[in-house]
Amino acid sequence: MNTHKRRPVFLDITRIRMPIAALVSIAHRASGVLLFLSIPVAIYFFDLSLRSAQDFSTVNSMLNSVPGKLSVLVVLWALLHHLCAGIRYLLLDLRIGLTRDAARLGAWIVFGAETLALLLVVGLLR
Amino acid sequence: MSGQDASGLRAWVVQRVSAVYLALCFGSAPIAWLTQRPLTYAAWRAWIAHPVVNVACILFFIALALHAWVGVRDVVIDYVQSTAARFVLLVGVAASLLAMLVWAFRILLLVPQS
Repeated sequence: MNTHKRRPVFLDITRIRMPIAALVSIAHRASGVLLFLSIPVAIYFFDLSLRSAQDFSTVNSMLNSVPGKLSVLVVLWALLHHLCAGIRYLLLDLRIGLTRDAARLGAWIVFGAETLALLLVVGLLR
Repeated sequence: MSGQDASGLRAWVVQRVSAVYLALCFGSAPIAWLTQRPLTYAAWRAWIAHPVVNVACILFFIALALHAWVGVRDVVIDYVQSTAARFVLLVGVAASLLAMLVWAFRILLLVPQS
C-alpha cells in the first residue's frame, strides 16, 4: 500500500507533450460530454419546430441569430469531431490502422476531415 | 457469458452498434436536406411525419440514448471515485436519458396525427 503511495507522479498537463492521437481521444471525450448536454436543448428546438408555423419561425430566427449561429457551430464541431474520431475507433476495432504510424496518420485525417466537413456543412446551411 | 461477466462486452457492443446507426443517420442527413429541402413549416412537418423518416427518427433516439448512456457511464466511472456520488450521478443520467427518450417519442408519435 505504502509503496503505491510513494510512486512518483508526473501529471503536469501543461508539460506533457500530447501525441496527436491523445488529442483526438481527449477531444472525442469532451465532444461526447458536450453532445450529451446539448441533447435536451436539441429536443426542445425539435419539439418547438413541429408545434405551429409561428413556433417554427421562432426556432428559425433563434438559430439564425448570432448567439444561435455560434452555438450551432460549436455543437456542429463537437458532432463532426465525435463522428470522425468515432469512425477511426471503429476502424481500429477492425484492426485497420493499428501501427503507430498508421494511427498517427489516422488522427491527422480525423482533424482534416472534420474541418472539411464543418466548412461543407456551414456552406450548406448558409 | 452472463450477468456481470458479460456487462463490459455488452456495453462495448451496444456502443458500437448504436454508433454505426447514428453515423448512418448523420451521414444521410445532408443528403436528405439537399434532396427534400424541408424549409417551410408544412414541408418540415410532412417530412417528419413520413413513416420511413418517423420510424428512423424513433430508432435514432433509441440509439442516441443507449450510446449516450454507455459513454457518460464510462466518463462518470473514470472521474468519480466515491461509490455514493457515482450512484447518484448514474441514476440522474439514466433518469434524464429516459425522460428525453420519452419526450422524443411523444413528439414523433404526435406529429402524424394532426
